[in-house]
Amino acid sequence: MNPANYLYLSAILFSLGAVGVLVRRNAIVMFMCVELMLNACNLAFVSFARIAGNLDGQVIAFFVMVVAAAEVVVGLAIIMTIFRTRRSASVDEANLLKY
Amino acid sequence: MSGLIASIDQSGNTGEQIVFWICALVAVIGAVGMLVSRRAVHSALFIATTMISLAVLYVSLGAPFLGMAQIVVYTGAVMMLFLFVLMLVGVDSTESLVETLKGQRIAAILLSLGFGVLLFAAIGNVSVNLAVGIDGANAVDGGNVQGIAHLIFDRYLLAFEVTSALLITAALGAMMLAHRERHTPRKTQREQSQDRVRSGEPQNLPGPGVYALHNAVGTPALLPDGQPTDRSVPEPLRGVSAAVGVDHQDTLRVNTLAAGGAIIPVTQEDES
Repeated sequence: MNPANYLYLSAILFSLGAVGVLVRRNAIVMFMCVELMLNACNLAFVSFARIAGNLDGQVIAFFVMVVAAAEVVVGLAIIMTIFRTRRSASVDEANLLKY
Repeated sequence: MSGLIASIDQSGNTGEQIVFWICALVAVIGAVGMLVSRRAVHSALFIATTMISLAVLYVSLGAPFLGMAQIVVYTGAVMMLFLFVLMLVGVDSTESLVETLKGQRIAAILLSLGFGVLLFAAIGNVSVNLAVGIDGANAVDGGNVQGIAHLIFDRYLLAFEVTSALLITAALGAMMLAHRERHTPRKTQREQSQDRVRSGEPQNLPGPGVYALHNAVGTPALLPDGQPTDRSVPEPLRGVSAAVGVDHQDTLRVNTLAAGGAIIPVTQEDES
């Protein structure tokens, strides 16, 4: 089958993740949307590896996974800290950095 | 339907096509569900579905190692972390749907739609059927896992080592961010006992059911003067079984006891 179908799927997932980041107000759900975008990129990498016929794309996807795991750990810790001080996980509440 | 089957037959590799269409559908449904569900827990479950179907797609793309890593790392570790934080933050908090910026939602959806169309056009422009296939690359080292290991520990060794530094830094950062500094010294046992005495109630709260007819937790205990006390009942149960309280006979007996009198022997009528 045409491997471009995988690329189309990853484009769809990336766009859906982008909508989520822009529309949702809950910081944790926004984070999930970022994860979805990373996953879409991974899918694109893996299908590029198949199109090009070497394993480098899969290795890159592996590194993306590692970085995503590190990012989740730090990001969720930050969300927890904000929640502890503001008692809310909504991004609209965290506006003290504005001024 | 027959047209679909015919098109599948033309391009060959029917199994992969079927897997792709099913998993793609599930992945997109999961992503849309994550977008529209108001509760964060539902969003987490939806995105877990998406991640599992992506893992299946990886396997069918000839990347079994990444498929397994996807399941272990994403649905196993990352989603559990998300769920833990959700439990800490409060599961039942639903998001307010009030727009803080006017027209922001429509603008965001239009923007992302445009971005998706742009991506589609780009892919359609460059996509040619030059797919080499991953099977050859997988077979060089005798398997997908061996091939990836060869690459990671040979060409990408430096990046791999830097990754370990990144992970250690992330773990340290999470510990530092989640750590709460204690600003006041911890109370010693002596100070705690002094506080208890100063509070005017140094004794324990009365246990439920003491001196009452029943010893269920919802039954208020009787004070020495025969009055039921609400403080003996756990907070959520207070007032639930207030009616089940004082039996007159019992109160009399307790009163006599409290006054230092002799115990009234329990007769057969009392038992019944």
